[in-house]
This record gives sequence, structure tokens and C-alpha cells, in this order.
Amino acid sequence: MAERLLEVEDLQVSFATEDGVVRAVDGVTFTLDRGEVLAIVGESGSGKSVTSMTLMGLTRGPNARFAGSAKLKGKELLTASEEDLQHIRGAEIAMIFQDPISSLSPVHRIGDQIVEQIRAHDKKVSKGEAFDHAVELMERVGIPHARARARAFPHEFSGGMRQRAMIAMALSLSPSVLIADEPTTALDVTIQAQILAEVKTLKEHSDSGIIFVTHDLGVVADIADRVIVMYAGRVVEQGTLDEIFYDPQHPYTWGLLGSVTRMDRDPPKRLPSIPGLPPSLIRAPRGCHFRPRCPHEFERCAEVPPLEARVAEAPDHLDRCWLEVEDKRTRREIEGRIGLVRDAA
Amino acid sequence: MSEERNQGAAETQELREAARSLAGTGKPMLEAEHVQLYFPVKKGILVDRTIGHVHAVDDCSIALREGETLGIVGESGCGKSTFARCMVRLLEPTAGVIRFRGTDITHLGRRKLEPIHREAQLVFQDPVSSLNPRKRVGQIVGTPMKLHGVKGQNGVEDRVRELLGRVGLNPEHINRFPHEFSGGQRQRIGVARALAVDPRLIVLDEPVSALDVSIQAQVINLLDDLQDDFGLSYVFIAHDLSVVRHVSDRIGVMYLGKIVELSPAKELYTKPIHPYTQALLGAIPIPDPEENRARERVVVGGEPPNPVDPPTGCRFHTRCPHATDICKQVEPPLAEYPGGHLAACHHPQNVTEEEVTNAGRSPLSPLVAGGLLPNGKEVPVPQADTNGAGGGLAARLKRIAPG
Ligand SMILES: Nc1ncnc2c1ncn2[C@@H]1O[C@H](COP(=O)(O)OP(=O)(O)OP(=O)(O)O)[C@@H](O)[C@H]1O
Ligand SMILES: Nc1ncnc2c1ncn2[C@@H]1O[C@H](COP(=O)(O)OP(=O)(O)OP(=O)(O)O)[C@@H](O)[C@H]1O
Ligand code: SF4
Ligand code: SF4
Ligand SMILES: [Mg+2]
Ligand SMILES: [Mg+2]
Repeated sequence: MAERLLEVEDLQVSFATEDGVVRAVDGVTFTLDRGEVLAIVGESGSGKSVTSMTLMGLTRGPNARFAGSAKLKGKELLTASEEDLQHIRGAEIAMIFQDPISSLSPVHRIGDQIVEQIRAHDKKVSKGEAFDHAVELMERVGIPHARARARAFPHEFSGGMRQRAMIAMALSLSPSVLIADEPTTALDVTIQAQILAEVKTLKEHSDSGIIFVTHDLGVVADIADRVIVMYAGRVVEQGTLDEIFYDPQHPYTWGLLGSVTRMDRDPPKRLPSIPGLPPSLIRAPRGCHFRPRCPHEFERCAEVPPLEARVAEAPDHLDRCWLEVEDKRTRREIEGRIGLVRDAA
Repeated sequence: MSEERNQGAAETQELREAARSLAGTGKPMLEAEHVQLYFPVKKGILVDRTIGHVHAVDDCSIALREGETLGIVGESGCGKSTFARCMVRLLEPTAGVIRFRGTDITHLGRRKLEPIHREAQLVFQDPVSSLNPRKRVGQIVGTPMKLHGVKGQNGVEDRVRELLGRVGLNPEHINRFPHEFSGGQRQRIGVARALAVDPRLIVLDEPVSALDVSIQAQVINLLDDLQDDFGLSYVFIAHDLSVVRHVSDRIGVMYLGKIVELSPAKELYTKPIHPYTQALLGAIPIPDPEENRARERVVVGGEPPNPVDPPTGCRFHTRCPHATDICKQVEPPLAEYPGGHLAACHHPQNVTEEEVTNAGRSPLSPLVAGGLLPNGKEVPVPQADTNGAGGGLAARLKRIAPG
């Protein structure tokens, strides 16, 4: 069996704000093995980035509180010292951030920033060697004329080129865990395909484990081995790629899959979307967080449904919904597709 | 049963298109004529010397009518954002003309641009750097309203709350700072801010890329509603072609500073004429694991050329599977095919011989593009006519978009 890299157990992250305590992450459990790509999808604002950044120790601060556990190769990350984290970041876990502009320094040349990162972890590498390596990485992620463009400042790059520079930087230390937070949204589909190919190579050859946060279900279908679906701070469903796409168990997942638009199909006049607003994470609904928007809710939903296996034939397919599996399978079909949408025309 | 449904869908689609071509009869909202923007590339230790230029936008023309949505797609770095900034005059083009509702705004100064900036809003691609980190959301969305003298019925704060709700944000968050929001939430703050001042035109640069598909649908439905109710015009820039297809009446495809194809939205998918467009369409991932595994993704080879020293002739020739000698020498003009479908290619795809024979040179063609049409016909290259004489592009374009 492949080596277990990450083990996250009932992770909780809350922030104190003027309006009250925001429970940004409220019960996230998952594992990541070597050589697998785990996609995290879910509602905007559901805690995907906070979860990822917490693994890197980047959400620590006077207003933040943590509970649960997150272990990297058996070592607890939540309580690791800042010094240990310095070593872990970049070399053990690297992250491609959602907004590249704020994670690149505006006053340093892109190439120098990559060189800096390489040399911070290995002083023996000469500047020239590190620069050559940086250029090679930039070429690998599709930055044209990398040697010349390594001398550019971040503001001279387009949105997509900055994103590729970030990816080059994350790959520079061959980390065992790579967390990519929306790495391809700023890229056109041809470059996207190139980056996805790069991610697949990384997974096959260097034996990394990859967490891929994205809203693009096409990308998920292309590269994920397993998928986590998040809603309002919680994992509401988890399973293999095919389980999530072809036998989804949670009504929020149904809504998500039902909202997808496809280039090769005629679009409906109005795009289907899940009615209602996402809940406040300060005063979240009691019980199932999806309750106020769920057309199937019943009495039991006022209790928090645990994340557990409910499909008899699939012990690793977990979800947080009280409905009976057979009941779900009949309810989720709407007009021949999966969805929960009352199509407002 | 499914057949019936398909027919229903086809009908709605037809109606929708009919409505769109009606909407297209509106007055010109925005005209960009032969717009060029070059960024100087500087080098030097003490004194900066300009050693070249990034040809970010190179002779691009569009005409957008009231109530219309123009989608723009294209390779990352091809100049979409730069073109967008020119359209709303956050950048001054190095050549060409920008007209907003018939008025030449190309070289207007700051003061004169103020009223224009209220009517023509830009939603920035990068929500983080466009939101002041020290301001609360209420101020971010409310300040432009005050500045431009827009009052909600029940005051600014109520209007801000309403807007936040409409873009799917919790109105309770009115006192939060930008860093307290998620990526997708920040993106929607940008959209709410643009909507706050009741603009006529909104240029949206990747407005939904960070949103989950359900909220994406919600924001797009909102934009649709506003367009139906108030006749807003949109320029919609995005990498997600299925989203662009849904919102747009016409779609422009850019490659390395040039518009290479401009097509009615639906036709771009069924009948891509330019090889680069074909390459784009071939690379779209399908949100269905089995279909995705079954399909061979076609990926265009080669690397994107250097925008400081773009290839001669057709800029795509270094990567195009159909390139021949002429492609290296002569820049193809935008030829006009039936239905107002334009493409700049010497060897157009998916067109009949007859369509090629009848094609003409579009006035949107870059000025320096050769006079040779794909059918071998030489047509005279028109002289630069960019200073308002002759009623501008919209008048010349009447021919292209009937109605
Ligand atoms: N520093 C903070 N203080 C208060 N609340 C915060 C802070 N950072 C994030 N949040 C809140 O925590 C929740 C989770 O945020 P997170 O960035 O993880 O969302 P996300 O799932 O990555 O969303 P997106 O898809 O939009 O990027 C959001 O509702 C956000 O408003
Ligand atoms: N201020 C600047 N100085 C120099 N070059 C610039 C500047 N801004 C943009 N560029 C260059 O101009 C070209 C076009 O950039 P632009 O941001 O318009 O691309 P884009 O099509 O929006 O790309 P993306 O899809 O990645 O956002 C790129 O080569 C970019 O590097
Ligand atoms: S637990 Fe109840 S409210 Fe929650 S998703 Fe299931 S049916 Fe809906
Ligand atoms: S003009 Fe030639 S190189 Fe350019 S797209 Fe057409 S066939 Fe390809
Ligand atoms: Mg995020
Ligand atoms: Mg851009």
C-alpha cells in the first residue's frame, strides 16, 4: 500500500472577528497517500483555502483557534514549532496559492524569487545553478522565453503567467505534498492542459501526493483519483472520482453537478443554481448545514449527520446526509440529470 | 421523452437567438477601432533605456451595441486585460480610437473621464489587488456610489446590503475587511462594486473564475436579468468557454495581441474557422470522467511566441498544423463569412468552397493585414480612417450585422 502522507482528523479552525466567531473549518477529515491526486471542490467560502493554508501553518495568528489534528507522515502540524514549519514549507509541503499576485513579491524579479526559494533550503547550490534550474522550471510550466522573462517583475506578467511562475516556484523543491489552490483558473485551456499534464507527471514520477482545489469539474474529471466535497466548513461527501460523479450521495453535490454548463450541449435559458444563500459561519444552522437550502430536509436533519459510509458496496464512500441511500438514488434524478434544482424560469 | 425535451430546448434556443439579434439593433455602445497598446520594455542600471515593446494589443477592433454581450477568449497573456483597460480608458492606447456611445474618448484627460467611468465600469481580473485592504466592504461598495452621486432608495447602506445579497454574499458581512473573505467572495465584491453605480457598460475580466458552479450560475443569471431589465452591455472575458458561450451574443478569439476570429456565440463551437480556435475547443476538459477518459485531448504544440518580437505574417504560424509559406509572409485579413462570422486565416477550416469564394474583407481587419483573401482574391487595403470621419466603424459594420 502507498505511504500515507497526510492524515487530517476532525480539523476545526475558527477566527475571532468583530461580528463574532467565524467557524471557517468545522470538521474536516481526510487522508492523502503518495501518488494520488485528491480534488477538493465545494461552495465558495466553504473553507477549502483555510484548510489548505492551515496545513502549511499559515492561518496562525492571535485571532485564530484550532482543534482536531493534522499529521504529516505522523508528525502533528497544528502544534509544530514555527522553526519546524520553516523546514516543512517548500520542501515537504508546497502550496500554489489562489491569488498569485499577493504571494509574489512585487519588488523582486520573478527568477530571483525562485532562486531565493531554492537557495533558502539548500545553501550549497550556487546562484548560477539555481538560476538555470529556475529557468528550466519556468519552461516546464509553459512560460515562453523563460531565460529573458525570468528578469521580469510580477506586474509585467499577465495573470496566467504569474500563476505559472507560482507553479514553477512550488515545484522547485520537489515537495512530497503539493497543495494547489485553484492553480488553473487563470489559464486558458491549452496551458491548463499542459499544467495538468505536468501535475500527472509529478504524481507518477516523483511520487508526490497532490491536493487540488478547484471549481472546474472538468479538471476534476481529468485528474482526480478521489474527491472531497465541502459545504459551509464541513466535508459533506468523499469518494472516488466515479463514486462522486455517478453515485453522488449528498444533496449539495447534486446541486453542484446539476449546475455545470457544458460547451458541447445547448445551454438552458437560465443556468440552474442552488436556490438560497450560503449560511453565515458565525451563526450556522443547527444540524445539517445545508438544511435551509435543502428541498429534502426532514426532522432528523436538525441533528448533525456524521461523515460516514452509507453505501453498502463502497466502504470508502462517505457522506453527511440522513436520507436512506435508496431514497437518495430516486430523489436525485431531475429531468434526466442529477440535480436538486427547482428550475426558476 | 428526451426527444421532446430536446425540441423544447431547441425552441427556447431559437427564441433566445431571435431576441438577441433584436437586442443587437441597439445603438453603438462601445467602438474600438484599430486599437494598439505597446508596453515599453526597459533595461538599464542608472538610466532606463527602452529596448523593445510588448505588443500587447495590436490593431484590434470591436463594435458593441447597446444590450449586447461580447465574449472574449484567448491564450493567457494574449492581451485581453490590456484591451479591456483600453476600452474603459484606464490605459491610453498608443494608437487607434475608442468611442463610447458615439463620443471619442481616446485621449480624454482625467476630469473629462469621470462621468465616463461611472457609465463604463471594469471588474478587475485580480480581486485582491483591486480592493483596498484597509477598507470595509461597506465602504468599498458604497464609496463609488457617493462619489458619483448615486443614492439608493433607502440610502447607500441599504443599497449595498441589497447588492451583496444579489451577488450571493451574506449582507451581514458589510463590516468585514477584504482579507476576511474567501477568493470567490472577494471576486463578488468586485462585481457588486461595479453594479453599485448603475453603469451602462460593464467590462468583466474573469468575473466568475473563482466561484463554484452554482454561485457562478447565480451571478450570471443576475447579469442576464440586469441586461434584460436595463439594457446593459457587457464585455465578458473568461477562459471558461462554456460560460462565455452562455452569456455572449458574439465571441472574439484573441491570439498574441490580435483578434483572430469573431463569431456568433453558438457558431464558434459548431463551426470554428480559425485553427487556433479549434485548438482551444479541443483542449476543454469534459466534466464527465468516462467521456473524459474516452477522449483524446488535442493539445496545440509549440510554445507561445515572444510578444516583444511576434512572428511575421500570421502570428499563429509557428504552432499551426495548417501553416504554409504564405502564412509566414502575409498577415491574413479578417475575412467575412455568412452570418457575420469573421476569421483571419489563409486556410480557413469548416467552411465550404462557396463560402470562401464569397468572403469579403471585414472593416475590422488590422490595417497592415494583407489584401489577399483566402480565395486568392486581391482586395484593396483601406487607408487608415480612424479619426471619426464617415461615422466610424459602427456605420461601416451595418453590413456585417444585419438588423
Ligand atoms: N481571516 C479571516 N477572518 C475571518 N473570516 C475568514 C478569514 N479567512 C477566511 N474567512 C472566512 O472563512 C470561510 C472560508 O474561507 P476560505 O477562504 O477557506 O474559502 P474557500 O472555500 O477557499 O472559498 P473560495 O472557493 O471562494 O476560494 C469564508 O466564509 C471566509 O469568509
Ligand atoms: N505593465 C506592463 N508592462 C509590461 N508588459 C505588460 C504590462 N502589463 C501586461 N504586460 C504584457 O502584455 C501582454 C498582455 O497582457 P494581458 O494582461 O493583457 O494578458 P491577458 O490576455 O489578460 O492574459 P491572462 O489571460 O493571463 O490574464 C503580456 O505579455 C504581459 O506580460
Ligand atoms: S441531512 Fe437533511 S438537510 Fe442535510 S442534506 Fe440530507 S436531507 Fe438535506
Ligand atoms: S493563416 Fe496559416 S498559420 Fe495562420 S492560422 Fe491560418 S493556416 Fe494557420
Ligand atoms: Mg479559496
Ligand atoms: Mg488578463
